[in-house]
Amino acid sequence: MPIATLEPTKLELPKLSNDEIARYSRHLILPEVGMEGQQKLKAAKVLCVGTGGLGAPLSLYLAAAGIGTIGLVDFDVVDASNLQRQIIHSTSTVGKLKVDSAEIMLKGLNPYLNVVKHNTMLTSANALEIFKDYDVIADGTDNFQTRYLVNDACVLSGNKPNAYGSIFRFEGQASVFATKEGPCYRCLYPEPPPPGLVPSCAEGGVLGILPGLVGVMQATEVIKLILGIGEPLIGRLLLVDALGMNFRQLKLRKNPDCPVCGTHPTVTELIDYDQFCGIEKPKSVGPLEVSRDAAVAEAPVVDGIPQISVEELKRKRDAGENFFLLDVREPHEVPIANLGAPLIPVGELEKRIGEIASHKNDEVILHCRSGSRSQKAALVLKQHGFTNVSNLAGGVLAWADKIDPTMPKY
Amino acid sequence: MKINIPTPLRAYTGSQPTVTVAGATIAEALNSLITNHPDLKGHLYTPEGKLRSFVNIYLNDDDIRYLPEKEATATSDKDELTIIPSIAGGLNLSAEGAI
Repeated sequence: MPIATLEPTKLELPKLSNDEIARYSRHLILPEVGMEGQQKLKAAKVLCVGTGGLGAPLSLYLAAAGIGTIGLVDFDVVDASNLQRQIIHSTSTVGKLKVDSAEIMLKGLNPYLNVVKHNTMLTSANALEIFKDYDVIADGTDNFQTRYLVNDACVLSGNKPNAYGSIFRFEGQASVFATKEGPCYRCLYPEPPPPGLVPSCAEGGVLGILPGLVGVMQATEVIKLILGIGEPLIGRLLLVDALGMNFRQLKLRKNPDCPVCGTHPTVTELIDYDQFCGIEKPKSVGPLEVSRDAAVAEAPVVDGIPQISVEELKRKRDAGENFFLLDVREPHEVPIANLGAPLIPVGELEKRIGEIASHKNDEVILHCRSGSRSQKAALVLKQHGFTNVSNLAGGVLAWADKIDPTMPKY
Repeated sequence: MKINIPTPLRAYTGSQPTVTVAGATIAEALNSLITNHPDLKGHLYTPEGKLRSFVNIYLNDDDIRYLPEKEATATSDKDELTIIPSIAGGLNLSAEGAI
């Protein structure tokens, strides 16, 4: 039986012009949509949190389908490395704000669409204010802090449905959280994993079409919720494995003890999600990685590990100084760009520490792509009694920027 | 029985997407899993030996937290266990994925 999860928000639905009727013809002749359904879509306001891998296909299909108002939350600018999957942006908009770039594509696809741009990082201070104007929220973010923030804000905004999607390498998840009758994200994951415990860095990357698959599922759920048709993914978690091309679904239950949507909630207002996830606050508005790396690059010593600059490494090399440089990235990264150092991936370091035991009292400099994994590796070596370990701040990326401009950045 | 290993944890099972283990209950099956793949232990269990709160384990399509006997639930060779980790990727994988 179809479950109508959205109450009719408008007493009088907006009219469709003859041009709009021509445009939405294939919807209008579907009895499940029809004239009234198309008018409901036009009346609907959907917020896409993130205009990246998931937000791109999601908002494109929502725009095409005739959603009247799409809000976009993003603070980032388009980078060439986004274009492998973020099809809402294009080569000609590299360097532009993502919300501006997305608006160009969405309005190009459907000029009847009203785009509301929120060029900001979603925070506890602004989330409820932004959410209040929307009927459905679609979560296409990339970090645990914002996931929990979006979830809690959906519940606290009076149970605004959250069309959730998430991806990792070849694997994706989709569900609809935070409806009145269904579970929320916290029912499934009461707490985030502590930083560093879930492997993410070294095993990173994503098959570019996977966010396409998952983002389109999110769009499908949004449309179903607005039309009140079909069986929404409420109380179900859909798992997608793109390599095996398997789709599985698991039952989710509303947890009566859930801290935010349970019977005795302890989270009754938005909290500090960086602290909740054990993550240092980003120092500026910018991609998390950039602010984190900047923090590492600025400080001469971080957690007892001296940070050396690429200029200093270059000087040491040129002077023929005696030190041991170790690359802690993954083997498949070496052919992209390298500094000619031997390789032990950070995840294997503890097991393979015997291989470099002879350097225990030498000067050891660790490097990775950006300086983040090598910082972790440096802490591991220090724990194992290495006496003189430093981290190459900024890693291969900084080397490419400042020393060797012919080196590719990835 | 078969245990489905999610991508983020396959680094600890020699890249295997599924692992077959013996065990008459969920707890026994998980125990053989971490005996065969000891690197997984810290990712699934706290130092006190409790399943970590951000790791969800499903017996077929049911969350084991909601089974009456939880980890003591009896299993057969036909059952499947699935580990569902938290994943956060979506917007800009460079931040989450390729640091």
